Amino acid sequence: MKFKKVVSAALIAAMAMTFMAGCGSSNSGGQASSGGQASSGGGDGTVFKIGGIGPVTGGAAVYGEAVKNGAELAVKEINEAGGINGVQIEFNYQDDENDAEKAVNAYNTLKDWNMQMLLGTVTSAPCVAVGEVAQEDNMFMLTPSGTAVDCVKYDNAFRVCFSDPMQGLESAKYIADNNLATKVAAIYDSSDVYSTGIYNAFAEEAENQNFEIVAAEAFTSESKSDFSVQLQKAKDAGAELVFLPFYYSEASLVLKQAAGMNFTPIFFGCDGMDGILAVEGFDANLANDLIFLSPFTPTSEDEVIQKFVQDFEDTYGGTPNQFAADAYDGIYAIKAAAEKAGVTADMSASDICEALKTAMTEITIDGVTAKSLTWETSGEPSKEPMVVKIANGDYAVVE
Amino acid sequence: MSFISYLINGISLGSVYAIIALGYTMVYGIAKMLNFAHGDVIMIGAYVVMAAVTGAGLPPIAAILAAIIFCTVLGVLIETVAYGPLLNAASSLAVLITAIGVSYLLQNIALLIFGANTISFPKVLSIPAIVLAGGSLTITGEAIVTIVSCIVIMTALTLFIKKSKSGQAMLAVSEDKGAAQLMGINVNGTIALTFAIGSALAAVAGVLLCSAYPTLTPYTGAMPGIKAFVAAVFGGIGSIPGALIGGILLGVIEIFGKAYISSQMADAIVFGVLIIVLIVKPTGILGKNIQEKV
Repeated sequence: MKFKKVVSAALIAAMAMTFMAGCGSSNSGGQASSGGQASSGGGDGTVFKIGGIGPVTGGAAVYGEAVKNGAELAVKEINEAGGINGVQIEFNYQDDENDAEKAVNAYNTLKDWNMQMLLGTVTSAPCVAVGEVAQEDNMFMLTPSGTAVDCVKYDNAFRVCFSDPMQGLESAKYIADNNLATKVAAIYDSSDVYSTGIYNAFAEEAENQNFEIVAAEAFTSESKSDFSVQLQKAKDAGAELVFLPFYYSEASLVLKQAAGMNFTPIFFGCDGMDGILAVEGFDANLANDLIFLSPFTPTSEDEVIQKFVQDFEDTYGGTPNQFAADAYDGIYAIKAAAEKAGVTADMSASDICEALKTAMTEITIDGVTAKSLTWETSGEPSKEPMVVKIANGDYAVVE
Repeated sequence: MSFISYLINGISLGSVYAIIALGYTMVYGIAKMLNFAHGDVIMIGAYVVMAAVTGAGLPPIAAILAAIIFCTVLGVLIETVAYGPLLNAASSLAVLITAIGVSYLLQNIALLIFGANTISFPKVLSIPAIVLAGGSLTITGEAIVTIVSCIVIMTALTLFIKKSKSGQAMLAVSEDKGAAQLMGINVNGTIALTFAIGSALAAVAGVLLCSAYPTLTPYTGAMPGIKAFVAAVFGGIGSIPGALIGGILLGVIEIFGKAYISSQMADAIVFGVLIIVLIVKPTGILGKNIQEKV
């Protein structure tokens, strides 16, 4: 008994210590942002410190991993070519497990590291949460793949990818323009801001188009393994096309369950579908004829894209997806904007942010996700979406 | 036709909940603790099957047996190392927190070993689907296997408890630990046996769950675990037929709620029904209302 008491006392003490340590670090982070302009707010003046946040573990790890690799590749290339205005970049990437709370923690960790610019976060919900804090700190943030409208709500935030409404709108237009179907069913994740955002814009645009939504079914993150009911309803309603605006891991289940019940409509997804062929053990035949919107395709013959794909394969072994491409363009956009604004490494994060806000709208970059990519003051990029169709177990572009 | 299809899907989903709920209900009945790590033992079982089939190239039956053995050992190990020392000495709260700790421990171990990426679960049950009524009704092989396994397990377990000596010992321990010990029953052994059976069932549940919904991540067991816990409370925690009834009802209500009311409201409906049942019958559908004798 005595031994147990000692152990539990030690554990309590340890817990209390971590508690206080936690408070301590967030406190110092807060001070750095509010008080210290010259010393703690800026870097040490010899390098540009760019932070990155995204899920490297958890359900959305494929995206976070891709962004990390894409960004690190770009950083390596820029550093080898002499850096930003001759100053090297240091890149620090933190895991957020696709969780808003952990993303804010990661943001505070990066701030303690004296981050000057943020590439992130990767997924929408954490991005909105980090956006709130970053706005208070006036920290420049460029999300490679946060598609929710609110990700770029504030003027310090920009994004490389399309917004959710834009994807919904473009999907509806594409389906109508190509006469893919007259009866469409939609299944979406009502607990996810990304999925709901796309669906709402899709449903709104569908009213102006020549097809009809015959079934709109939802699921939530608490019950995302059984899709038999949603598929059965779509089947009963005679849907010729099923719109799946959510991530690939659930989509792989939907495809499998649809095949199990002999339901073979056209399946149509958005950028979250990218990566479905990378699911370990997934039968690629199930995804044949699956269509989705994606801003990046590794099979393109474009020179810039080919070089990026080649370098990526050499470094990480494996074809880059659009998240890697978004991150790659993101780092180059930061470089271009930083050079345009003439920021220096000894400036504070807030001063850099002010300078980059204007510079972002003035630059044009020739990226891998679009030719002559430009930005609006709203933070949205202007570019055309691309349509990818899976055939014979591989991605192919539809012109 | 779609009504029958929904019903079968509901019973199939409910059967998985029921088998998982058995693990909760047996452990609660005997050790009076909520084993929140149960859902994660399911996930470990599924990973063992996956590794045995795709990694070691074992035939499915051998892989399932390996998973059952692995989970049984794991269950007994968890009981001996983590819960056992606390069951008699500490408050029930300490055991509960330990169980949550074990749950996170298992998730993170799986995360370390297998990574976070979604893995498509290999096909271990190769039963062809039954197509009825000219193709408008398809019953998948997985659904059939799940429902049949649930019936077999329930029958076997009921017989085991009614007819065997160890089963009788379990009943005795669940009613009064102290008295059972005085009668010469090995209480600790009985508790370990309960964990062993519960964990073996978890391995079976893992195979069935991942065959019906073939994706596998370190978090696969968490949500079904919680739903099955609800099913166990719904049916009356501590009662084996209660787990069956609770599980099947939960599955059917979930699917019917999605199909006929609203797919967005499915979970709200399930938990709404749970609240109403508990208001009317606080011990669950088959829960015994044992009065303390003063």
